Amino acid sequence: MEQAEQTHLEVTVRRGDADGGKDEVFRVPAHDNQTILDVVSWIQQYSDPTLTYRFACRVGMCGSCAMMVNGEPRWTCRTHVNKVLDGNKLHIAPLRNLPVIKDLAVDMDPFFDKWVEAEGKHHPTKTRDDPIEQINPESAERSEANAGIECINCSVCYAACDTVAGNPDYLGPAALQRAWTLFNDAKNEDKQTILDAVSGTSGCHNCHSMGSCTHYCPNDLNPMAAVAGLKRETAKSFFRRRKNA
Amino acid sequence: MTRPPRSHPLWLAFVLHRLSGLALALFLPAHFWVLSMALTQPQRLDSFLEFAENPMVKLAEFGLVFLLSVHIFGGLRLLALEFLPWSNKQKSLAAGAVGLSLFVSGTFFLQAI
Ligand code: HEM
Ligand code: SF4
Ligand code: SF4
Ligand code: FES
Repeated sequence: MEQAEQTHLEVTVRRGDADGGKDEVFRVPAHDNQTILDVVSWIQQYSDPTLTYRFACRVGMCGSCAMMVNGEPRWTCRTHVNKVLDGNKLHIAPLRNLPVIKDLAVDMDPFFDKWVEAEGKHHPTKTRDDPIEQINPESAERSEANAGIECINCSVCYAACDTVAGNPDYLGPAALQRAWTLFNDAKNEDKQTILDAVSGTSGCHNCHSMGSCTHYCPNDLNPMAAVAGLKRETAKSFFRRRKNA
Repeated sequence: MTRPPRSHPLWLAFVLHRLSGLALALFLPAHFWVLSMALTQPQRLDSFLEFAENPMVKLAEFGLVFLLSVHIFGGLRLLALEFLPWSNKQKSLAAGAVGLSLFVSGTFFLQAI
């Protein structure tokens, strides 16, 4: 209701590049139904065409639009202004824990490189000539794998994680969750390769289970639980190997 | 850089665990040093124990017992989280660890005064 009486929002946007930046304030017309991405787009279209930001789908599918909104990481296309407004003020900044390219666009390369580093890629068990394997969708293993497949690679969890902030090599919640998903996928071979990839100095044991990843994931996924699963399996495999050595 | 995302229950549990761990690491050497006086300087230990009867010192001990207890129960929660099958009740378990610790340290305090 307060919203309806406000005609304008006071929007502070972090401008700059890898060498630093400064805050700039814009006055943006307020509407009843408005997302953070709408606000950013309005600034770029009507106030300052040099404002750089990134989006694609506008419906929470592509994972390209995440930014820090009033200090918290969010998918901007599906975050309503009313939900996060502080008085009539907004602060919009590039995603945390990633290098800034320009203004609100960050370089996501380190984030994606870590998916590969964590062996978050498919290791097939069969070739195209084999018959398709039947998977029981109700099996415990498959349920565990299903839990993480809706990840849209938005990096919100990665931006929320204080352990990433403290150790830039830490693989982070999303990459580890992908590794856990594949570890539980019956069509994925070479489980030990995954466990080895996630148990090094940059791996899952860095995690302090503070749960910011799970708290902020816009798709309600639970990377903290996935990381805990990897901790459990890597520990088991460690003792198994010692027994067999 | 913008203010990092914080102050949800499990993040606070993490901070409590770290602060209590650090406080214990500072406290324990002092504790062992005082205990060692039983062998080296019994009179000095006696006068320290007299000083420890002071209600303010009792209150400080209540704090220490709380820190130790919250670190143990919180630590057990983390070990369970990492090594037992996953449970979705982490917030309740963390709150339970704090509650249990208040109970333990409160009981200690009532015994002590
Ligand atoms: C028997 C009781 C104890 C248990 C079950 C326990 C458990 C734990 C666990 C599981 C962690 C890892 C937390 C994380 O991943 O963030 C930890 C961290 C820590 N513990 Fe303990 N601990 C105990 C006693 C102690 C004592 C007596 C001290 C003091 C000397 C201590 C000092 C610390 C410190 C400084 C940390 C690092 C905190 C951090 O990384 O956030 N702990 N403890
Ligand atoms: S639970 Fe682990 S991965 Fe998730 S935010 Fe905390 S430290 Fe990062
Ligand atoms: S786990 Fe959630 S927050 Fe993290 S990248 Fe995937 S969808 Fe985004
Ligand atoms: S623009 Fe695709 S998720 Fe927001």
